[in-house]
Amino acid sequence: MTRARTARVIAAAVVVAAIVAPFTLKPYGIYLLSLWAVMTIAAIGLNLTLGYAGQISLAQASFVGIGAYTAAILTTQGWPLAAAFVLAMALCFAIGWLLGYPALRVQHHYLAFVTLSFATLVFLVLRNEEWLTKGVYGISGIPRPTVLGWSTQGPVDFYFFCLGVLALVSAATWWIIRSPWGRAFMALRENPIRASSLGVDTRRYTLMAFAIGSVLGGISGVLYAPLVQFIEPNAFALGLSFNLLLMVIVGGSGYFYGPFLGAVVSVLLPEWLRFSEGLYLILYAVFVMILMAYFPSGLLGLAEGLIKRAGKPAPGPALPTRDGDAS
Amino acid sequence: MADILQLLVAGLATGGIYALVAIGFVLLWQTSQTINFAQGEFVMVPAFFVLAAMKLGGLSFPVAMLLGFLVTVVVLGLLFKRLLVDPIIRHGVLPLVISSIALAIFLKESVKEFYAADAQPFPAAWATTNLTVGGAVVAVQNLVIIAVAVVAVAALQYFLAGTRTGRRMQATAQNPGLARILGIPVERMILYTFLINAGLVALASFLVSPIYLAKFSNGETLGLVAFIAAIIGGFNQVRGAIVGGLLLGVIDNFVAAYLSAQYRGAIPLFLLIAVILFRPQGLVGRVEERTV
Repeated sequence: MTRARTARVIAAAVVVAAIVAPFTLKPYGIYLLSLWAVMTIAAIGLNLTLGYAGQISLAQASFVGIGAYTAAILTTQGWPLAAAFVLAMALCFAIGWLLGYPALRVQHHYLAFVTLSFATLVFLVLRNEEWLTKGVYGISGIPRPTVLGWSTQGPVDFYFFCLGVLALVSAATWWIIRSPWGRAFMALRENPIRASSLGVDTRRYTLMAFAIGSVLGGISGVLYAPLVQFIEPNAFALGLSFNLLLMVIVGGSGYFYGPFLGAVVSVLLPEWLRFSEGLYLILYAVFVMILMAYFPSGLLGLAEGLIKRAGKPAPGPALPTRDGDAS
Repeated sequence: MADILQLLVAGLATGGIYALVAIGFVLLWQTSQTINFAQGEFVMVPAFFVLAAMKLGGLSFPVAMLLGFLVTVVVLGLLFKRLLVDPIIRHGVLPLVISSIALAIFLKESVKEFYAADAQPFPAAWATTNLTVGGAVVAVQNLVIIAVAVVAVAALQYFLAGTRTGRRMQATAQNPGLARILGIPVERMILYTFLINAGLVALASFLVSPIYLAKFSNGETLGLVAFIAAIIGGFNQVRGAIVGGLLLGVIDNFVAAYLSAQYRGAIPLFLLIAVILFRPQGLVGRVEERTV
């Protein structure tokens, strides 16, 4: 079986499992699955920015936050969730585009800290602008939407709503990666100077990578607000940005399925390992450090390495991390 | 006038601590392209080594402080390099960034899980009284912080510029390949910078903990501000880190007093973005140059 076919079979099995699973779970389990779907969307966005276009961003949580607050503020005032989707996507596109400008000047760790600063800035605005966001008190009573007469009030219904959006986002991302844009993103990651000499407009694609990745963060946020029904600024602080970054890296950055797997590790595993309580994060951190030392391309890179070792040569994406010196 | 003097002293004290932490950042970057996202946690941890030595080992405060300093140099200097940086640096900068983020989580959660989740009082090695100078009330501990930071920076500058080992370290930073050909033990020079970094963060930890108390989450903002200080000043020079650190400390105190206490945390970020957009080499930095 070729690598692509193996991946497709596993993906199909996961889709079936994702559809059947909620009927066997308690409400809390369904909530976790929904959270997994929502976080996967944000991680897919970051994977586009980081994994495919090679631009590190520690601000993805800010876009989840912008999306969530847009949804919370609009829907608690009686607007439909669809309006929140449109506004959040437009907002995130514009802000993400602007966030791309520093990336034209600096790379790698500088960019990491610039985006980190931006994330802190967004957090401060969410916390301090009480007239808009109600500050540390948060916004509660966020309603779940009714889609074309289908009420998503129940946990299973809302889960399928999230899963549906995830499917749409996945399909769109799949298409982007295979379009000339996806190729341009990867050229940007592998060798920006060469890409530019071959006529790729690196400036436009860098900004675009940030903007599209941010839009997906916003979509994730619009779903997050009605999922948890109560949001406050701390949920979108640096912790979530780090977490999303680790999801992408642990799953395998630059792999299409990486974010799905990374989100499983990051959202579902902590709950299964609940007995270990605080130890979980410690173990997770150690795991990430070991992974980086031996398999910087993440779990999927590890799996690919194992398949290769079994004697089946398979062409995989080049590592996004081998680009040597910085800025 | 008295107000301004008061704020200036407080700002220089805060800035002195930022500068100590930022210098360590710059040193690691210069000699080994190591970006340490756990630098803030590195400042948080030594205070807990001291507290643990006092509580579990029953040591007196000065002995515990000495022990804490040594343990910091070994754990956050030697072991950090050997166990984390050495195996990962060959993969490039990004995996190291990720790893040091994981290390930050590891340190923070370990302290929270195994020592305490709430803020711990940390004894001060100096008087905590105030002096009145020409109408301005100045805390003695701020003066002590400024004095210690000045002495530490002066000693470091002397070491780097005035001693044989220091100059070998500079050579390593400027051109590791050539330094190796000239017979300089590059690996050992890099190790020295890690040890110096550990010493600086330990110092910063002992200075800052009596004021802010020792808490597992202390490193979050400190690491970010120290890095911003390094960029604003100029990432490729130690004096850039000093300028950036002092500037941020002073601005921070004035903004909190005269503009907005809520958004004092945002000022360094605006400065950072402005510097990156308009003067990426930093205020006193030079383009494409590497030296310690």
